[in-house]
Amino acid sequence: MLTSLLPEFSIRRDEDRCIQCRVCERQCSFGVFSYDAGDNVMVHREDLCVGCQRCAVLCPTNALTIMYNEYSYKPNWNWTREYIQDLKKQAETGGVLLTGMGDDKPHKIYWDHILINASQVTNPSIDPLREPMELRTFLGRKPDRLEVKDGVLSPNEYPNVVLSTPIMFAAMSYGAISYNCFYSLARAAFESGTLFNTGEGGWPREMRKFGSATIVQCASGRFGIDLEYLNDAAAVEIKIGQGAKPGIGGHLPGEKVSEHISQTRMIPAGSDAISPAPHHDIYSIEDLQMLIHALKEATDYQKPIFVKISAVHNAPAIASGMVRAGADIIVIDGLRGGTGAAPKILRDNVGIPIELALAAVDTRLRKEGIRNRASLVIAGGLRNSSDVFKAIALGADAVYIGTPALIAMGCTMCQKCYTGKCAWGLTTQDPYLTKRVNPEIATTCLKNLLRAWSLELKELLGCGGINSIESLRGNRLQLRGIGLEGWELETLGIRGAGQ
Amino acid sequence: MRAVARKHVPPGRVPSTVTIDARGVHHKDLNRRIRSLALEGHDRFEVLNVFGQRYFGTNLWGIENRRDIRITVHGTPGSDLGAFMDGPSIEVKGNVQDATGNTMNAGLIVVHGNAGDVLGYGMRGGEIYVRGNVGYRVGIHMKEYRDLIPTIVIGGTTQDFFGEYMAGGRIIVLNRFIPEIPDSRQSYFIGTGMHGGSIFIRGQVDPDRMGAEVGVEEPDREESRLIRHFVDGYCRHFNIGKEEARTLREARFCKLHAKSQRPYGKLYAY
Repeated sequence: MLTSLLPEFSIRRDEDRCIQCRVCERQCSFGVFSYDAGDNVMVHREDLCVGCQRCAVLCPTNALTIMYNEYSYKPNWNWTREYIQDLKKQAETGGVLLTGMGDDKPHKIYWDHILINASQVTNPSIDPLREPMELRTFLGRKPDRLEVKDGVLSPNEYPNVVLSTPIMFAAMSYGAISYNCFYSLARAAFESGTLFNTGEGGWPREMRKFGSATIVQCASGRFGIDLEYLNDAAAVEIKIGQGAKPGIGGHLPGEKVSEHISQTRMIPAGSDAISPAPHHDIYSIEDLQMLIHALKEATDYQKPIFVKISAVHNAPAIASGMVRAGADIIVIDGLRGGTGAAPKILRDNVGIPIELALAAVDTRLRKEGIRNRASLVIAGGLRNSSDVFKAIALGADAVYIGTPALIAMGCTMCQKCYTGKCAWGLTTQDPYLTKRVNPEIATTCLKNLLRAWSLELKELLGCGGINSIESLRGNRLQLRGIGLEGWELETLGIRGAGQ
Repeated sequence: MRAVARKHVPPGRVPSTVTIDARGVHHKDLNRRIRSLALEGHDRFEVLNVFGQRYFGTNLWGIENRRDIRITVHGTPGSDLGAFMDGPSIEVKGNVQDATGNTMNAGLIVVHGNAGDVLGYGMRGGEIYVRGNVGYRVGIHMKEYRDLIPTIVIGGTTQDFFGEYMAGGRIIVLNRFIPEIPDSRQSYFIGTGMHGGSIFIRGQVDPDRMGAEVGVEEPDREESRLIRHFVDGYCRHFNIGKEEARTLREARFCKLHAKSQRPYGKLYAY
């Protein structure tokens, strides 16, 4: 049957510039380009192009331009080209549509409706270049009250992890991303004094030297988990849900389970790595409490336990239960959180924006008087340091970034992670492609990203007359809303601009 | 909590068996006590009056002789007995609650009574023997890797969602306490999402009780030998009389296995 899937991208080649060097052909992992020796020209198939721009960047003569295809069906607000094409793909295959990265639909981005305050006259702003600015962040349970004995503050009896900046690398498993990326995240976190998260894909032995910078994950598939894995890390995270695909599990297809991945996940090579939708030992808050304490017992109460959920409608009540179950750090992953692979229909429709979930959870925990019993970490679609600043002012202790870290290592957001063919060598296990990420350079780029955002955070703090991230936490007076309705301002706990 | 060395031990030698009275002791203190004694070199523990204490054996890591540690639990321990356990042996003279052997890596658990739900969830190595029946969701997502192959032997029957998502390892069900096999007390939804490992059930299983991903066949010679090996282990642990032991040894078993290593391979568009 004839279908009319329009190419998503159009490829323009300047024949005067093209020297038929075939770089584009070698660089494209989606098979777009080929060389016609008879006519000595490069030819291409636009229908295969994913718009990752690898060829355009690598072309030595700048002969290539990859543009979003302006050709379309008859414009229709209801039946967009995307919906028409998705439907045709399903008619052809009868399958679930997969995608990668975070939700790209035009749901309201609340960060863009929140503005930050600055000090004028009555409260001097601070220049971070000449005055100390504290970004150091402690994650974990805090004592109910401070006790001073003989003039000395009693130490916190609960284990905490220390971050040099309130930004951590989000969980991306070895399997979802390549070894070089995984390694670079670990090393950059280690050298920058923050944490990276292994995700649920095990943790290669030779990387245990970065243990003090590592959060290991315990998710429903329990891949690669043993007592050494738990005890070599700085903290353990129980993953209940992920913002991109709340309520469903993970599924690493057998063809991605290479020999080395099979070693770290401790499963046979070539078999599917299936993480069930729920943890089958957790059907209640009491069950969660059981697993949290099993992990505490396994690590002799030396390590804080993170519990991560997706931002869903009743997140505040669940978060309250998580704190009462003994979670030391609560992680909420929002609607726009990224993924290596998820059903598109879930990614784009399930969950709520992180800004609202964060404010609601923080408010709830404060009202119940249990906010000190857990730190609050958020994730899902943070794009720059002002998003981080606003998150902390709304009540977060720290944030996870996943997509920004991938972009720092080369990602161009083509959303084809799930194909395993990433031309930038990030979300693939093909040795020809993974070599494209040089771990030295990637580590430097990640450290640069953390440094740049940290410097900007200090600038933002300084302009508000604040010299410590602690003084910003939950300080919603630093924020004002714009273009928001009453219920939105109320949920966020902020006033409108001008009020 | 009192810890009493049972035998008189000459100075300088580590006493062999330590008896601990667990009455009224919180699991955190109890397990820490066992850990610190194990670090001193003790490897035989009799724990008396256990009543709901969780996480036996979970904190016994980084101990050189952890594979020699034997803990005998008298009473009813709490959930997550042997969770994440890596080497020790625990014998329970009573019933166990939920999530016994959760994500266990190595070691042995012998239960002289019944077991609750979620036995052996995500278990990757070691052996569990249960004399009686087990609850719901047993053996979910067990997996194996190279020489790490977990085994669960169940004397009685199982409840629903048995062996779901099973990715490796083996479970042997003896169906001892029901007069006729098959019986209506067998579980529903056996092996849904199964993509590895084997389940050996004495007697037959109604196809309606199994997930779509499960195939049934006769065990081959090697597998029959394996079943007998574990049946012998069961009879030894629980002191089963000669006659019944012979009956169990010679019984017919059916083997449930995954039709594919990739049950969800054809679920997606491109």
